[in-house]
Amino acid sequence: MNAISSDLRTQAGAAVKINNVSKTYETRGKDDVHALDKVDIDIAPGSFVAVVGPSGCGKSTLLSLMAGLIPLSTGEILIDGQAIRKPHPKVGVVFQTDLMLYWRNVIDNVLLPVEIKHQDRARYKETAAALLEQVGLKGFENKMPSELSGGMRQRVAICRALIQEPGLLLMDEPFGALDALTREQMIMDLQAMWGRVRNTVLFITHGIDEAVFLADRVLVMSPRPGRIDLDLTIDLPRPRQWTGIHENKGFQHYVRQIRETFEAKGVLVEH
Amino acid sequence: MAKRSAWRESLVETLAAPVMAIAIIVIWQVSVPLLGLSEFVLPTPSLIAKRLVTDFHLLATNSVYTAFEVVAGFGLGVFIGIPLALAIFYWRPFERAMYPMLVALQTIPKIALAPLLVLYLGYGWGPKIALAFLISFFPIVISTVVGLQSLDKGLVNLVRSMGSNEWQTFFKIRLPAALPSVFGGFKVAISLAVIGAIIGEYVAAEKGLGYLQLQANARFDTALNFATVVVISVLGVALYFILSLIESRFVFQRELAK
Repeated sequence: MNAISSDLRTQAGAAVKINNVSKTYETRGKDDVHALDKVDIDIAPGSFVAVVGPSGCGKSTLLSLMAGLIPLSTGEILIDGQAIRKPHPKVGVVFQTDLMLYWRNVIDNVLLPVEIKHQDRARYKETAAALLEQVGLKGFENKMPSELSGGMRQRVAICRALIQEPGLLLMDEPFGALDALTREQMIMDLQAMWGRVRNTVLFITHGIDEAVFLADRVLVMSPRPGRIDLDLTIDLPRPRQWTGIHENKGFQHYVRQIRETFEAKGVLVEH
Repeated sequence: MAKRSAWRESLVETLAAPVMAIAIIVIWQVSVPLLGLSEFVLPTPSLIAKRLVTDFHLLATNSVYTAFEVVAGFGLGVFIGIPLALAIFYWRPFERAMYPMLVALQTIPKIALAPLLVLYLGYGWGPKIALAFLISFFPIVISTVVGLQSLDKGLVNLVRSMGSNEWQTFFKIRLPAALPSVFGGFKVAISLAVIGAIIGEYVAAEKGLGYLQLQANARFDTALNFATVVVISVLGVALYFILSLIESRFVFQRELAK
C-alpha cells in the first residue's frame, strides 16, 4: 500500500519571491505579536524548500501568508510574478491535520477543490482516482474517512492538494500528527511522489532529519520575531534512501549545522 | 460452546426491554383486580387497549388536530429559529444584543404564558400553535448556533485556501458540519412542541387530544383518558421517528467518525 507506482505528471513549478515580509498580529488590549520580521526568500521553480524552526517562530504564519489566508503587514509575496492578496489558484495546501470532510467519501474529498472552483467534476474524477492509486489508496475511493488510518487520511489530503496540479504546494507540518512509523513511511512516499511531480514545494516542519532528507534547501528560522537564520543548500544526490541516511556523512553534516544554529539561538539547550 | 453462549447473550440483550415492558403490563393487568381497584381509578391495560379500538375514530380525528398544531408550531420554530441562528452566528452585534435576551426569555416557563396566549389569540389554533412554537423555538436556535460555532476552524481555512467564498463555505462546510447538532435540537424541539400543543388545549380548546382528556375527565372516563395518553405518546414518538428518518438520510454523524 505504500509503493508509489506509475506516473504522476510532471507539473510546472511556480517561482516564489518573498520580499521584505513582516507580519504583526494586532491584539486588542495586549501587546501586538510580531510574528515575522523582514523575511526575504527566493524560491526557484521546481525546488523543494523545507523550513524548520521552533514552535511559535512564525513558520505557520509564513505559510498562511503565502496561501493568501491572512493579510501581510509589510512587503510582498509574488507567485509567478503575481502578488498574493487572496488565495492563489496555483497553490495547494496540506495542513497539519488531515481536515477530511467526514461526511464525504474519499473521492469526494479529493474533488473538493474542483467543486469550489466550479470546474467539471467528471473531468477530474479520473485524475483523482489516479492520484489515489499512486499513494496506494486504490479501492478506497468510496470509503468514508473514518474507515481510514491517520496516515491514509493524510495521503488523501495530499491528493486533494495535488488534484489541480498546483505550481506551488504548501505543506504545514503535514506529518506532525502521525505516529513515528507512519511518519517515516510518509517521508519516503513524499520523496517518491515529488520526484515525479517536481512542482515547487514549501515544507514546514519541526523535524530536522525529514527537512534535510526531503529538501533541496533548508531554511532555519529563529524564535519570534521569525527571521531566516540559516539558508542551507542540501547537496545530496537523489533519489535519497531514508534507510541508513542517518549514517550518511553529508546528511550528518547538514543536520549538525542546523542543530548548531538552534543551539546558538538557545532553541536547543544541552544540560 | 463459546458461540452458543454469545448467541444467548445477544438474545438476552435484544429481548431485555420487550420482556420488561410485557412484565410491567402483565403485573398491572393482574394487580388491578387483586388490589380491588375500581376501573375508574386505574383501568387495566386490556381495557385501555379496548378503548383504543372502540374509540379509534374519536382519537384519530382529535390526533389530527393536535398533530397539526405540533407540526405548525415546530415548523414556525424552524422557519424563524434557523434565520435567527444564522444572524446570531454571522453578525456579532446582533449576537450581543440578542443572545442574553434569548437566554432571559428561556427562563420564563412557556406554559405559564398559555392563559395570556388565549387572551390574545382566542380559542382556535392560535394559542396552541403559538405555545408549540415558543417552546420548540429555543432549542432550535441554540442547537443551530452551537452547531455552526463548533466547526473546526481548520476546515474554513482549507476551503478558503481553495478560493471558496462564504456562500460556498456555508454550503460545503458549515451546514453539513452543523446538521448533527441542528437535528439534535429538532428532536428535542418536536417532543417539546407536543407538550406545548397539549397544554394549549388544556387551557382552552374545542378539539384535540388535550381537549379529549378534559372531556374524559369530566365524564369520569378514566380508560379513555389513559387511551388518550397512549395516543399522545405515539404521536410524539411518530414525529420523532420521522425526524430521525430525515436525519439518517441527510446527516452524517461525527460519532461514526472516530
